[in-house]
Amino acid sequence: MASLQLSNVQKSFGPVKILHDISIGLQDGEFLVLVGPSGCGKSTLMNIIAGLEEPTGGSLMLEGRDITRVAPADRNISMVFQSYALYPNMTVAKNIEFPLQMRKVDKAQREQRVKAVSRMLQIEHLLERKPRQLSGGQRQRVAIGRALAREPQLYLFDEPLSNLDAQLRVDMRTEIKKLHQRLKATIVYVTHDQIEAMTLATRIAVMKGGVMQQLGTPYEVYNRPANTFVAGFMGSPRMNLLKACVERTADGLSLVFGRDGGATVLDVPAAQAGGALRSYAGRQVIAGIRAEAVSLAAPGMVAGPGQQFFEAQVEVIEPTGADTLAVIFLGGEEFTVRLEPDVALAPGQKARFLVDLGKLVCFDTETETLIA
Amino acid sequence: MADVHPSIAVPAGRAGAGHLRLPIGRIALYIVLVALALVFVMPVYVMIVNSLKPLDEIRTGNLMSLPHEWTVAPWLSAWSTAQIGVQPTGLRPFFINSFLLVIPAVAISTLIGALNGYILTQFKFRGANLMFGAMLLTVFIPFQIVLIPMAKTLGLLGLAGTIKGLILVNVVYGIGFTTLFFRNYYAAFPGELVRSARMDGAGFFGVLTKILLPNSAPIIVVTVIWQFTNIWNEFLFGASFSDFSSYPLTVALNNLVNSSTGVKEYNVHFAGAFIAALPTLVVYLVSGKYFVRGLMAGSVKG
Repeated sequence: MASLQLSNVQKSFGPVKILHDISIGLQDGEFLVLVGPSGCGKSTLMNIIAGLEEPTGGSLMLEGRDITRVAPADRNISMVFQSYALYPNMTVAKNIEFPLQMRKVDKAQREQRVKAVSRMLQIEHLLERKPRQLSGGQRQRVAIGRALAREPQLYLFDEPLSNLDAQLRVDMRTEIKKLHQRLKATIVYVTHDQIEAMTLATRIAVMKGGVMQQLGTPYEVYNRPANTFVAGFMGSPRMNLLKACVERTADGLSLVFGRDGGATVLDVPAAQAGGALRSYAGRQVIAGIRAEAVSLAAPGMVAGPGQQFFEAQVEVIEPTGADTLAVIFLGGEEFTVRLEPDVALAPGQKARFLVDLGKLVCFDTETETLIA
Repeated sequence: MADVHPSIAVPAGRAGAGHLRLPIGRIALYIVLVALALVFVMPVYVMIVNSLKPLDEIRTGNLMSLPHEWTVAPWLSAWSTAQIGVQPTGLRPFFINSFLLVIPAVAISTLIGALNGYILTQFKFRGANLMFGAMLLTVFIPFQIVLIPMAKTLGLLGLAGTIKGLILVNVVYGIGFTTLFFRNYYAAFPGELVRSARMDGAGFFGVLTKILLPNSAPIIVVTVIWQFTNIWNEFLFGASFSDFSSYPLTVALNNLVNSSTGVKEYNVHFAGAFIAALPTLVVYLVSGKYFVRGLMAGSVKG
């Protein structure tokens, strides 16, 4: 296993820039997830790491070795492809053996590796089958097995779960996480699914339009998104982003949602009211509040620190089973909240809600970046 | 194909009563199909029955009637004793010549086509499309145009009048077709397989021999049938660039038919023509279903 250092990696096709100055430092054993909408450049970046595409600028170091101009086969990197890319003319055993055979590993050692890998992935009974005789999940395992066989320094996963059905996807996600914990491997994983990114990563790089928007732990990316794009992209339902006016009060700051008549005023907790946000007093900001920060107020409830009550009208109720999503109006804008599964609310009803602003984030209206 | 079968076409509810009922349209269809099949079978029938008759029966009798006296003498004559030009060698040496020509020519042109297809699809180099276009153009060049330059080239190479020379000519002419076949097949080949093989350590020829070729069975069959039939049946190059020792079968057959002095031995001619057609018939019968499957493969699963 090894560390990976990307320095100012760029890629352009003629005048079109696909990747702008991507720099990522990855420690040994990290699980980096590249996430973003389609066309954000995440797959291009992965292909550059694999050596399948050449960067137009910047450099890559794997465990201190410059691999920018090294051929893909000589980088000591394995890749699991979206379509699994199993060789249809070879049996499962031959597929797993192939990278070793190409590297002229001797026969006895090859067989031993195939056996070890297939035992670990529980595909021993499939070794003599051809890929077309396997189910999606089994193919996935074989593809991972082939990547494991030659014990590379770095693993690449290119949207490996996107061809599986929903149930299998969740199972395989857990498998991959287990595998990472067991192997302590360094992994770069590409996906457009933010839940996969959250569950698997030790660090997430959120990309958009060839620019890295944020690089951080899942906690940071979720709770302290660097800009409104990251805030909206990570998490389901997406973070509520509402225009609000910052106003100075006797003992701090408050956010005013909506206009004079139907305005809702929320006090900013002392922890958030310091420094940067204070300089926005009297101006508009974009307030980011997660759906789970809000709950339905029960009679006799007392607001804790950072919590306060507000009244709002319910617009839509969406039960999901585990919990119920409600769209309410806050200062004239739609606001999604995540409530208990069995709340007794009806559309059009007015209700009292309790909001916890302990994780409030605010963004500049112009630059849309985090005010911190 | 099950859906053409009449009993399947009848709705399930009426299956018992309707089992024997054929719709009028379907009967008409079968009549037309049978008639057309007869049209195609007729020449084969004429060739076979007349090649098994003594010459007298052909001259006095009906071309369509079965032999009164069955004989394989015309076949034996065409094979080993008939007059080809001035020598009474029969078709046998030329049958062998044709195999000596066709097998290397098909193998070489197929391999080059696979190599070209691989390079044109997996390596995006400047001018790849132009080069492919130029190769495609060779498919449309009439044989007659290249006769004289080709004769000069063969002379310069010292290959004039040899089977090697004919192999060269047919390979050069075949590359356009074989490249077209393989290029289109590999253009639809999953790119991730090739990329995966490259990461796994397969080199330039490793990708071709371990990944592409083992998964090319349909297009190899198509190419081999196509090239085999074309080169086996090719006449103009054979007539232009070979001498008596290197005539391919088509040229020898022509000489057999044209060189008989006095009486035209139609029964021998029929037998000779059938001998000349046999190898391509066998190739079609053995691999015909792959041929159709291969030609469809690209269009159905794009």
